Amino acid sequence: MPNGAVAHADPHGPASAAGFGAGGHDHAHHPALQHHFQTLDQQHEASTLGMWIFLVTEVMFFGGLLMAYLLYRVWYPEAWSEGSEELDIVLGGFNTVVLIGSSLTMAFGVRAAQTGEQKATVRWLLLTIGLGLTFLVVKGFEYYHKWELHHIPGPNFSFEGPHAAQVQIFLSLYFGLTGLHALHMIIGCAIMGVITWMAHKKRFTPEWYTPVELAGLYWHFVDIVWIFLFPLLYLVDRARQLS
Amino acid sequence: MTTTVLPRVNYLNVRHTLASWLFTKDHKRIGLMYLVVVTAAFALGGVFAAGVRIELTTPEGDFVSADTYNRLFTMHGVAMVFFVLIPAVPAILGNFVLPLMIGAKDVAFPKINLLSWYVFVIGFVFTLAAMAFGGVDTGWTFYTPYSTQFSNSSVMLTGIGIFITGFSSILTGLNFMVTIHRMRAPGMTWFRMPLFVWALYATSIVQILGTPVIAITVGMLALERALGFGIFDPRLGGDPVLFQHLFWFYSHPAVYIMILPPMGVISEVIACFSRKPVFGYSFVAFSSLAIAIFGFLVWAHHLFVAGISPYSAMVFSFLSFAVAVPSAVKTFNWTATLYKGAIWWQAPMIWVFGFLGLFLVGGLTGLFLASLGLDVHLHDTYFVVAHFHYIMVGGAIMGYFSGLHYWWPKMTGKMYSNSAATFAAVLVFVGFNLTFFPQFILGYLGMPRRYHVYAEEFQVLNVMSTAGASLLGVGYTLIASYLIHSVFRGRAAGDNPWGATGLEWETQSPPIPENFDETPIVTGGAYEYTKRGAKVA
Amino acid sequence: MAGHISPKSTYYTIFGSLMVLTAVTVSVAFVNLGALNFPVALSIAILKATLVILFFMHVKYSSRLTKLICGTSFFFLLVLFGLTLTDYLSRGWFAAPGGTAGAGTQVTIGPAAPEPASVEP
Repeated sequence: MPNGAVAHADPHGPASAAGFGAGGHDHAHHPALQHHFQTLDQQHEASTLGMWIFLVTEVMFFGGLLMAYLLYRVWYPEAWSEGSEELDIVLGGFNTVVLIGSSLTMAFGVRAAQTGEQKATVRWLLLTIGLGLTFLVVKGFEYYHKWELHHIPGPNFSFEGPHAAQVQIFLSLYFGLTGLHALHMIIGCAIMGVITWMAHKKRFTPEWYTPVELAGLYWHFVDIVWIFLFPLLYLVDRARQLS
Repeated sequence: MTTTVLPRVNYLNVRHTLASWLFTKDHKRIGLMYLVVVTAAFALGGVFAAGVRIELTTPEGDFVSADTYNRLFTMHGVAMVFFVLIPAVPAILGNFVLPLMIGAKDVAFPKINLLSWYVFVIGFVFTLAAMAFGGVDTGWTFYTPYSTQFSNSSVMLTGIGIFITGFSSILTGLNFMVTIHRMRAPGMTWFRMPLFVWALYATSIVQILGTPVIAITVGMLALERALGFGIFDPRLGGDPVLFQHLFWFYSHPAVYIMILPPMGVISEVIACFSRKPVFGYSFVAFSSLAIAIFGFLVWAHHLFVAGISPYSAMVFSFLSFAVAVPSAVKTFNWTATLYKGAIWWQAPMIWVFGFLGLFLVGGLTGLFLASLGLDVHLHDTYFVVAHFHYIMVGGAIMGYFSGLHYWWPKMTGKMYSNSAATFAAVLVFVGFNLTFFPQFILGYLGMPRRYHVYAEEFQVLNVMSTAGASLLGVGYTLIASYLIHSVFRGRAAGDNPWGATGLEWETQSPPIPENFDETPIVTGGAYEYTKRGAKVA
Repeated sequence: MAGHISPKSTYYTIFGSLMVLTAVTVSVAFVNLGALNFPVALSIAILKATLVILFFMHVKYSSRLTKLICGTSFFFLLVLFGLTLTDYLSRGWFAAPGGTAGAGTQVTIGPAAPEPASVEP
């Protein structure tokens, strides 16, 4: 009949068909292999593909805010200039270096997992978390400073300047973009914590280190977002402000 | 052999506890769990529609106040769009059938699949809470500045509900995409996949790329409403039309999420019940991808009279005409599939014929609206309402019912009464046309949408519409009754009651938890119907 | 099943390049290039992002599918930006019959002056 389904030996044998999730049979395969996959390779490819697709959703997620930014930058260049001037370029630059540094340590962490250097993996991951937390602390100071100056949009907003209303839009987008980014950093640090714990427990080998790799992809993505946010928010029209 | 006894161990009876359902990782059980929630949402949306239609039986606003009416049509839209049309075919039928169709044990990420159901339910609960607090009155489109500054309704709660539910759609799309890429059985190349799989793949593309944008847009709406962030506020120099751009960037492709999977169902059913391969397989497959991609280029046809630049409107009008082409390709190919086929008039096929006619009308009237000059006259009238109901109900819902009736014996192992099913399908078809065809005329004559009062000369057509809606209600209730009845009293359907091709029909009904005793190996194409006219008892 | 393992020197080189590019983008921001400041800053950011994607995220050594997915996400981002801007950049080109300004041009609230009306609850 159709499709000619020829028998193909199921690795677990017919006994597994009856008991869903029955763990009674002995496994010749890696303990991390999940039952609906045939091989560890297939599982790894599926996992990384899944993470990449998730990152696509993240790109579009930030994309909506970036569209709003783009429109109003075109419409209100003066307000964008005044708003950007209110941001601290030193802190922003420092955070940029910190975050790119954390991407480096993350890359080394993945590499250490690839080569089976368990202790190095833990060290690099801890360093990554440390740098991530540093970023968040600096961000916290920046936000606090904004709050002190009444620069947080809303009923308590107050700004001296001819384009105050549109500066409020700039700052709305500043808080929206950096806030969303910070939220992703916090989640990232939490994920890193879990991965570091797993590494500490010697769960990763050169055959299977997928969670480290996936966490790395996420972390690099969050770094890339900041690579764009920094010039878009902190470096608008700085040349004219000098004169 | 008529028996109500089902074969040995299957995914339904392998464990009976509530926990075994609530913590299941089995895509088949998750599909059924989605069926329960989506059906509840459909009933709820139907109740709101009933409220709307009852009010519109008379020209005066004598049933409910204007404010209540606004809430009724808004909640009807929210329930139907986000909790019925978007998930119905992918999350119910797709979840159930996709791994079976490609010879896999499950989807790529079963735990994420379960998570997507929980996320869906939580989103639904938030929206129900919003309804309990009086609902939203902004229209399901939430246009600013009304939604951000002036509406006194539960915008935040509904927004949160939609935001959360969006993640369910994203997770499903992600899961399906990876499943189709990586879990196909040996020998199943891309061009041996059933067209339903192509449809789900194309849908996943849309879910992945589009849904995040509405998520962030609802987020911006919430920030503006709750904290006074001024992104859409005209008093600060913001543009309310920006909200519309961002909203429709998702919401237009969303209609392709709603229609692509039912189109995939049509391909499956039409092949089986014509006993012929689908004509032009690769054209149908590529047209699904084309619809998914082109669907992202047309959104501003919803903004033609919102104040966008006429030059931009021309661009979007042209693109909107272009996106009709791949849909037309499918329609031609389905028709060609019927040609010289051996038509077998079973319930799933009756729904297919309903789909073909109604989707054609809905699609063609879309072109009316894509035409700039006509849209100036027709925008925000009942013509638009009729157009999208022809696509959504006449197209998507009929496709959904076709699939539900087609795969029901596989899902439950039981067969429903074909005569009851045929009667219900015809009743729904008649009721549907009676409800919505008058609305084309009403819209053309100038009756605006979202008004609870109207000019007296429109009453006759409105009464016809309400009468049709009553028939629809009866028809849907009938469907639920005989389907539920079949679970308890229906005869055992057997593994392949339709004599259909496809891997899902080569395993038992209902399937064992791991789907196949042994992983199948595929050696042929998807629709190798060689015995034309042969029917399986 | 291990993926491509980059030598440590690769990572250090990329990091160094990213640091240099960061310094460049900050310095160039203080040079008045007029309308070019924005495209230059964006180009540097794109270059930095590309380095992270290709080398830190290993896309250079990944499958064609991964590269396609990467490219697709940026393509659709550009669709969002580009098609929306076809509206905003062409507003005001068209003068409605009998009118002076085009329909839906940029919203302004009176002269470029003080507070907007107080916000209603």
